[in-house]
Amino acid sequence: MKRRIKRLTAAGAVFAAACLLRTFSAEVPELAELAVFLAAYLMAGYKVLRKAARNILRGSVFDENFLMAVASIGAFCIGEYPEAVAVMLFYQVGECFEDFAVGKSRKSITDLMNIRPDSANLLEAGADGELVRQVSPEEVPAGSLILVRPGEKIPLDGIVEEGTSLVDTAALTGESVPRDVETGSEILSGCINLSGVLKVRVTKPFGESTVSKILDLVENATMKKARTENFITRFAAVYTPVVVLAAVVLAVAPPLLVEGAVFSDWLYRALNFLVVSCPCALVISVPLSFFGGIGGASRAGILVKGSSYLELMAQAKIAVLDKTGTLTRGVFHVETLHPVNVSEDFLLKAAAAAEMHSGHPIAQSLKRAAEERGLLSAVSSIDDVNEKAGFGVTAMAEVDGRACRIAAGNRKLMAEEGIKPTHGEAEPAGTVVHVAVDGSYAGYILIADQLKPDAEEAVAGLRAQGVQTVMLTGDSSEAAHAAAQKLGIDRVDSQLLPGDKVEKVEELLAGLEGGRESGTKHRGRLVFVGDGINDAPVLARADVGIAMGGLGSDAAIEAADIVIMNDEPSKIPLIMEISRKTMTIVRQNIVFALGIKLLVLMLSAIGYANMWMAVFADVGVSVLAIINSFRAMSVKEK
Amino acid sequence: MKKTYLLEGLCCANCAAKIETGINKLDGIDKATISFLTSKLVIETAEEPSKELLKKIEKVVHKVEPDVEMKEI
Repeated sequence: MKRRIKRLTAAGAVFAAACLLRTFSAEVPELAELAVFLAAYLMAGYKVLRKAARNILRGSVFDENFLMAVASIGAFCIGEYPEAVAVMLFYQVGECFEDFAVGKSRKSITDLMNIRPDSANLLEAGADGELVRQVSPEEVPAGSLILVRPGEKIPLDGIVEEGTSLVDTAALTGESVPRDVETGSEILSGCINLSGVLKVRVTKPFGESTVSKILDLVENATMKKARTENFITRFAAVYTPVVVLAAVVLAVAPPLLVEGAVFSDWLYRALNFLVVSCPCALVISVPLSFFGGIGGASRAGILVKGSSYLELMAQAKIAVLDKTGTLTRGVFHVETLHPVNVSEDFLLKAAAAAEMHSGHPIAQSLKRAAEERGLLSAVSSIDDVNEKAGFGVTAMAEVDGRACRIAAGNRKLMAEEGIKPTHGEAEPAGTVVHVAVDGSYAGYILIADQLKPDAEEAVAGLRAQGVQTVMLTGDSSEAAHAAAQKLGIDRVDSQLLPGDKVEKVEELLAGLEGGRESGTKHRGRLVFVGDGINDAPVLARADVGIAMGGLGSDAAIEAADIVIMNDEPSKIPLIMEISRKTMTIVRQNIVFALGIKLLVLMLSAIGYANMWMAVFADVGVSVLAIINSFRAMSVKEK
Repeated sequence: MKKTYLLEGLCCANCAAKIETGINKLDGIDKATISFLTSKLVIETAEEPSKELLKKIEKVVHKVEPDVEMKEI
């Protein structure tokens, strides 16, 4: 690279001298002038000429080297020495700049993803206590113990065995607030240990660790190419031969057919065509923009699996959001207690006793609430548990030393038990658990799932970008509507079984197909956002599947097209914004590059453009398009 | 079966596109993709690519970009 710059600078100097010579001293013989220009030309372009010759021998004709060689040699032949040298010189300067830009872009992405750990401190039992040995992360098997010092990258996924510290997860999640870890916490590779020394029990080998997965994903992201990207490559393959053909026609036809047409004049125009026929600006700036968008997104903690998803995302019309785990925390908790003829504590004790052995999330929440109040010790000898799916639980238990038969469940269970609940008729959001003790109604408990703090912002952000929001949930319609109203969601479908979600998405997709405006090439896209754990079929069916909370969940990374690394739904409108911005830049580049090229072609054809303009249409446009594509990488910090 | 190769010295986006098209035309290749920005070639084949196939791929690469070196990763 450095040598190339030196060579080009020298060629530039000779070229400048030659130009001066031409302007100021008319007495210099033509041949000497030619010699100086030729020297500059060869200095700048001998490599291009060599490549062109070699490629012709290999049978590939329309490559840039060949075009530039023909254009410049042609210019020499018709006596336009300065132009000939300029074409070659600036073509090379442009190439240099392109290389520089691509290198810079490659580097900034790798810096962005600079989470690959270099080494791990393996702890081994030695003769006199523990020994620390520095090894490469690949060599550490699962189950071994490693030491992570402050300031080091955590090399492998594991569980903290000893020590407390603060961990910076920004590289994975974009989250700037460090996380507390202590003995028993799970920690992920790629994070940075900030304050304390940690001993970590490794749970996964390096190849399966979070850091490898993410690196793999980001590096391969550019493999799933967007339609625009494929279009532009196909276009380039046609564009060059067509322009070259036009150049040939332009050089030959008018002098033969039109009276008074001068061959060298038309040849000059044709040579302009050759210079402009280079498709580089287009071909390079489009993937570079997508690459920037993907890079910017990953810095914000959003992994995009391919540029095609950015493209689809930018065309989104409907965002289907799963409720539990996406908009809500996915953790149930006891909201209110409504006892009838008993104390609040007794009601909770009875319910917890009945649900004690159930793994259902609602049962878990009852148990947790009872535990928090220190009530579990009053419950004993649980027996004869009968769990009826879709109804509730009946069981025998001793509560406060008194044996009783407890029924806890929904209205249907109460009806079966012959009990008429006296309260909780029109309860709004949440799930109601009715409790009966020894055949008499004891009241009900309201259990609800909390909305995430930024759920409202997420929905508002989507709506602001003109995207219709639909919420799908298995919850009761009351709970679903209450949440939807609070968030401002457009449409709700509740009481869905997992299979129903696919059906609903298909329905919406069919609606999009039907509602497609005439004249548009594609329908609006449907985005589905789920927690990635039990939504795999829906994630696959949607145009773009986004999984939440990808951190630590392999299933989510596998199934989704876009992974939001932390749990924040507000990242959904953010990725939408990034997608749209990237697509705008891509379109700008295409329109700009093609526009300038066509303009210069037209001006050349009618004889108004000189070769300097042609050089700009080729090299200058590439450079500007590349600079523009850098914008895709910057993501607004909020 | 998926294999990834590093194309070292790949410096022209249009050439990358040409190489990609060329490799896709070869017999025995289900799909080939080149990411210009990571200089990586990924080929999908039904079975382990044979030596002849790899030679053919290399030939396509060198026809367009003689200075590029292909390395398996």
